[in-house]
Amino acid sequence: MSSPFQYAPAPESRSIVDIAPSYGLFIDGEFVDGTGEAFKTVNPATEEVLTEVSAGSEADVDRAVAAARRAFTRVWGPMRPADRGKYLFRIARLLQERSREFAVLESLDNGKPIRESRDVDIPLAAAHFFYHAGWADKLDHAGLGPNPRPLGVAGQVIPWNFPLLMLAWKIAPALATGNTVVLKPAETTPLTALLFAEICQQADLPPGVVNIVTGAGETGKAVVEHPDVDKVAFTGSTEVGKAIARAVAGTRKSLTLELGGKAANIVFDDAPIDQAVEGIVQGIFFNQGHVCCAGSRLLVQENVHDEVIASLQRRISTLRVGDPLDKNTDLGAINSAEQLARIRELSDIGDAEGAQRWQPDCVLPDRGFWFPPTVFTEVSPAHRIARDEVFGPVLSVLTFRTPDEAVAKANNTTYGLSAGIWTEKGSRILKIADQLRAGVVWANTFNKFDPTSPFGGYKQSGYGREGGRHGLTGNLKGATSS
Amino acid sequence: MSDRLAVRKTYKLYVNGAFPRSESGRTYEVTDPKGHFLANAAWASRKDARDAVVAARGAVAKWSGATAYNRGQVLYRVAEVMEGRHAQFCDEVEAGEGLSAGKARAAVDAAIDRWVWYAGWTDKLAAVLGGANPVAGPYFDFSLPEPTGVVAVLAPQQSSLLGLVSVLAPVLTGGNTAVVVTSKERPLPAVTLAEVLATSDVPAGVVNLLTGDAGELGPWLAEHADVDGIDLTGAPPGRAMELEREAAGTVKRVIRPPAQEPDWSADPGLSRMTPFLETKTVWHPIGV
Repeated sequence: MSSPFQYAPAPESRSIVDIAPSYGLFIDGEFVDGTGEAFKTVNPATEEVLTEVSAGSEADVDRAVAAARRAFTRVWGPMRPADRGKYLFRIARLLQERSREFAVLESLDNGKPIRESRDVDIPLAAAHFFYHAGWADKLDHAGLGPNPRPLGVAGQVIPWNFPLLMLAWKIAPALATGNTVVLKPAETTPLTALLFAEICQQADLPPGVVNIVTGAGETGKAVVEHPDVDKVAFTGSTEVGKAIARAVAGTRKSLTLELGGKAANIVFDDAPIDQAVEGIVQGIFFNQGHVCCAGSRLLVQENVHDEVIASLQRRISTLRVGDPLDKNTDLGAINSAEQLARIRELSDIGDAEGAQRWQPDCVLPDRGFWFPPTVFTEVSPAHRIARDEVFGPVLSVLTFRTPDEAVAKANNTTYGLSAGIWTEKGSRILKIADQLRAGVVWANTFNKFDPTSPFGGYKQSGYGREGGRHGLTGNLKGATSS
Repeated sequence: MSDRLAVRKTYKLYVNGAFPRSESGRTYEVTDPKGHFLANAAWASRKDARDAVVAARGAVAKWSGATAYNRGQVLYRVAEVMEGRHAQFCDEVEAGEGLSAGKARAAVDAAIDRWVWYAGWTDKLAAVLGGANPVAGPYFDFSLPEPTGVVAVLAPQQSSLLGLVSVLAPVLTGGNTAVVVTSKERPLPAVTLAEVLATSDVPAGVVNLLTGDAGELGPWLAEHADVDGIDLTGAPPGRAMELEREAAGTVKRVIRPPAQEPDWSADPGLSRMTPFLETKTVWHPIGV
């Protein structure tokens, strides 16, 4: 579809970020060289090497955990809770002050559109610190049982889809509740975590309270399996989550897992179609579909299927795919060659199993990792693209006739992270929301996040919550909240 | 003493509201701590455990879908019927655990009172654990606790009634259904409790009690894909780690066993309910 509107390029300047030629680990308040083999991080939109980053070895992780333990015992644990809160307020403010720098760096390292890093990732990350700052001296009133106490040293492993935001989800509640942290960012997106280390320095956060150890799976494994870690928090794939649950079995370690998803986004025939289409687009193409709670299974009531699909295709044709730093861009780059290969593989299986692929005409850049927004219709519940998490901009469309069928199909998955409902009928929303086995249900909206709102899964999407009063629980000894 | 010859009870399993023998045909001898014969208990097999899981899964919709008030009344009814069996429970606990009559009575009293305590929780959990979330935008956003689903419980090995009630009642209070492996050596109060449950309007399948060996049945329940959570309290010493690892394969919610069996008379707080509750958060726009 040729558009009557022409967009001039509107690139955000990258001059605001200053990427060093190499980075070390952040341990005990200082940047130090890692003893593992250094690795490169690339801009997925151009394949340009951005910098070289240290990989933390077991010995490095050991030093980081020791630093975190010392800080917990000597400084952060004994500190007045109000003062812990003040440090977190400082961090929130510093993130806001340097938000554009973080946004540009996030888009460079991750490939996500600047519109999202600028308007969603970074403001929400700051909000998480601001929200949890206030909890630090109010834990006795949180209704989590008498005398809530910190666990100690938290080992945290986060994914590449929302690098700074996932860091904030993990670090803010851990610190607010009096724990210290060793965090491993994802291998492909370490840079905003390292910039966050600078924020810790600017905030005069006591050394050892936050330690950032970059690296790949082996480094994460060392963090998870370290005997002096009291709490493990992981966001990532269900497969790795299961391995972590096995690794901490039989130990004293407390564990929270935020894993994969295959969310149903259910559109009833009385839904306002234009609003629903916006929600479907937001649900699956936000962050290139690199979202564990993405609305990747569209369940449309059969009698409005054709209308919804036609409207959806019209809308998708207006999406702009390209330079993540362009302020007009809707879909940026796929985060890595590896992820692109997985998206391609599953999409090819979609073709082979008989689903109908539709993609808009869109010109993809020559270099970098790209995949166009994609819709598969005529998908059956048995198809791989209806069961497996693609973690890319690929929507599978299924149909239903009755609400019962919609619920049965929506729940027909080992996952249970999120779901969407589109209907004008209030009582139906509440009934369906009640029946869906998912931790977050968005009704007439999708992909909304807030630090006050608990987020996390049912079934094999994991356990524990992040955000809200519930999110404090997993960081405290003997705290009782579901 | 009358010279009437007593009619003895056949102790069987409790699965899906019925009292079958083990499909395996196996039984084992239950004795008091001094080795005197008390009864032959059914020795539940892997197949019995699987049947119990099917029954528990089938009962999830009805039990979790009942109103909290209704669940509370049904659970209170359980306590009422337990009270009527008070003497029988005392005899079984006294014989099985080798307690004095006074201590056995105290344990039975505490077990019934514990059941009443949990019965009163059903319609308060959502208020205590849920709430509205003040998100920064035009959305109504609330979170509520919901049951996890089917929970396997390896009941304590020592405290055959108070311990059993202390691990079973919280699972049911939250709206879960249960497959329980009872104390192996002290299973008789559990079977009597099953008779209470069968006559207390607890829907069939909500509770399934298997007398037998937690060491034998535990691995099947820990890896069973239709079990959503497992309480390892009664796991055989040294086996809990293996069972937790099995449970990781399906991301089950797990209660790890304490280092040694606790004093069950202590106030449990919410600690045994929350592990088998999920939090659901629902968003809706305001003003659109």
